[in-house]
This record gives sequence, C-alpha cells and structure tokens, in this order.
Amino acid sequence: MGTRFEFSLTAIDTARWRATLADPACGGYAAFEGWVRNHNEGLQVQRLEYEAFEALAANEAGLILAQALQRFGVAHAACVHRVGELAVGEMAVWVGVSAAHRDEAFRACRFIIDEIKHRLPIWKKEHYRNGDSGWVNCERCAQPGAHQHAPPR
Amino acid sequence: MSTRRISVQYYALLREQAGCRGEQVETAAVTAADLYAELRRRHPFTLDAGMLRVAVNAQFSDWSRPLRDGDAVVFIPPVAGG
Repeated sequence: MGTRFEFSLTAIDTARWRATLADPACGGYAAFEGWVRNHNEGLQVQRLEYEAFEALAANEAGLILAQALQRFGVAHAACVHRVGELAVGEMAVWVGVSAAHRDEAFRACRFIIDEIKHRLPIWKKEHYRNGDSGWVNCERCAQPGAHQHAPPR
Repeated sequence: MSTRRISVQYYALLREQAGCRGEQVETAAVTAADLYAELRRRHPFTLDAGMLRVAVNAQFSDWSRPLRDGDAVVFIPPVAGG
C-alpha cells in the first residue's frame, strides 16, 4: 500500500504517475484531472498562478491520502499539484487511485480531490482578459463568512 | 514586558500586501492572534483574522496557543487549490 504527493513546476506526466499505482492485486483505477478553465464567476480567465505553503501542504496531503486508504480500503493513492504559472487548458491537479474494485477507487478519488481543495494551503491568482487579477476567495469575496476554511478535522 | 523573536512567512495576498515573503519580528505578542493584530497595524492587510487560519512551525495551530521564541508563523488566507 502506498501514497505519494508532489508539487510540480512543469506539466504533469500522467502516464508516469499512473504507472506508480500499478498492482496485480488491483482491478480498478480511477483518476481525476483538474484543468485551468477560461472563465470564473463571470470573468474571462487568461492565465493563473498557483502558490503553496509547500511544507504544510505536503504534510496535509499525506494525511488525506492515508485517510483515503484507510476509509475506502484502496491500495494506492497519489496526487500531484502544479505551482507557478499555468495557461488555460493546462492540468492543475491530478489524483489517481488503484483498488481491488472500481467502487472504492471512484469514491476515494472523489474524497481526495474534495479534501485537497478544502484543506491544502494552496492559493490561486487569476489573471483576467480585462486586465484585472485577483486571489480567488480572498479579494472578490471579502465578506467574512463568504468563503470560510473547512473546519479542522 | 518580555519579547520573543518570531519568523513570519507570507503567501499569496498577504505576501503582496506585506511587500515581502517574510520577516523576523521582535514582538510582545503572546498569541498568533495578538501577532496578526500587531502586524495589521504595520501592513495594509485586508483580510480579517476570522478569514485566516494560522500555522506554527508548519503545523495548523490554534490562534490562542502561546508563541515561543523562535517560532515560525504563517497566516493562511482562504485556500483555492485544485
């Protein structure tokens, strides 16, 4: 059983990551790719940048992946997240899970991406076609309570 | 009043508003909450403490935990990974 998390400054090599999950005891593999979208909340996005507090994010990601193994009984789980500048259409995050059967692989994959989004100290700055830019959840939604962190678990 | 030397790292919006990636501060602040209030008087931070989480020595921490000399503090704005 294994887990692996990394940050990447360059394009994610999904074939290499998928290969890390190979296991003759596994009959199911599920993966999720998050892509940079060209619009958000009514604005046209041209490019974006991700910034992370890498030490804490890596620790927290390790906990999330270990929880996925324990909770869903999957064999292997891995995640890689980009940092730095990304263009529209690029892959920002990849999650992959292998398991004996498909049901737990799908469920664990969904659990991991949801937790990654809520718990990891990663920030996204969007640059818009109109010339504006902003840190998502920090500037355009400044009212307290609008975008709270997930409670600690 | 005793002071302690704290290393503060800034990310994302806080980094831009502080104008630096981090700083060493000599502070009488007892807790991380006190420290953020103190730093807000020096930097134009727009985020209220209620929108942030705090990490001490690369671990999520309670705002009321007493700071110790040499601690590394990071204030964590609302996240947006994935």
